[in-house]
Amino acid sequence: MPDCLYRMARPEDVRVVHLDSFMAVYHRSSGLTHLITAPAPEILVTLGEAGMTFNALRESLADAYELGDLDDAALTARLDELVSAGLVSTA
Amino acid sequence: MRHVFSVRIGPVGFRIGSDWRAPIAHLESLYAGYPAPQGGVPDFNVRLFAARPWRRFVRPAVMIGGDFVLPEAAPLPLAQGLLAAEMAMNLQMALGQRHYLLLHASVVERDGRALLMTGISGAGKSTLAALLGARGWRLMGDEFALVDPETGAIHAFPRLVSLKNDAIGVVEAGVPDGRFGPLLAGTPKGDIRHLVPDSAALAAMDRPAIPALILFPRFGFEPAERDVLPSEVFVRLTQASTNYVALGERGFEALTRIVKTVPARAIDYPDTESAIAQVEALWAAL
Repeated sequence: MPDCLYRMARPEDVRVVHLDSFMAVYHRSSGLTHLITAPAPEILVTLGEAGMTFNALRESLADAYELGDLDDAALTARLDELVSAGLVSTA
Repeated sequence: MRHVFSVRIGPVGFRIGSDWRAPIAHLESLYAGYPAPQGGVPDFNVRLFAARPWRRFVRPAVMIGGDFVLPEAAPLPLAQGLLAAEMAMNLQMALGQRHYLLLHASVVERDGRALLMTGISGAGKSTLAALLGARGWRLMGDEFALVDPETGAIHAFPRLVSLKNDAIGVVEAGVPDGRFGPLLAGTPKGDIRHLVPDSAALAAMDRPAIPALILFPRFGFEPAERDVLPSEVFVRLTQASTNYVALGERGFEALTRIVKTVPARAIDYPDTESAIAQVEALWAAL
């Protein structure tokens, strides 16, 4: 879905607390707590509420962070995990 | 039920009913001086009952019941009726408590600030709390820390201190003036003996304390200490909580507040004297 727009979950849907290199995220509708680490917090912060396409996200992450070997397959896998957890939506 | 005892431990009221007199007599003796539930209404009910009517008399076996039950709980012999009552009271808290975030931890207090000690069974949290309670600290509880989600304060839950196996002798020697319950030998958890919290712990049990230090003690190793990062504290305390999930976002807010504001250390110790020295040094350095 190269043109798909990815957005971080709306603020009213999640509660985010930063803990050292981890981010604790409470997902209100499921009642689940997620403790996520790189590159997931960076993906959420970069997407923000406005959201962006996969390609734009990949370029923004590369510009802003040193995320090592985050290739397209790895980024797709992380995005899929965040979508399935309800922390990222697609449109 | 034939025999009934009601008691308030910290903010939590219990009503214990029993088919037998003996467990109630133990509770009346050991919890003498504790108040009754607020307004006479308990938060939780506990029942100690015979599985069949004749089992009141023939090889009497105590089944545990109450507002919250574990279906697979095995009965205990009547000689261990006190243990059955204590287990049942803990079970109500673990499964039913919704006012406070429960952390499986012992708590002692000094100058209005609370020290929480949590870890696996055998880490020594009950032993250390009992010994610190005899050395100028106020014992707030050996089993559960009650975190107020609104204020972040810790409420006391000074039930009987449950000592197991080798800890019994250690605390008998370290708290020579302590009042102890009967020795319960050969229970599913080994030998158990209860220590009655002292009068200072009872007198102050309605006074909450602000959490100031979280310790993860580990017994049986050379003395060592390390900082514990907030993310690790968060994971370990979610595992140490019996009702984190049930409290939903209130639990998340309460726990993340503690994790972000209270320093945490892991300590290894070879014996209780060493542990107490480590605790005092860490406390002095806060």
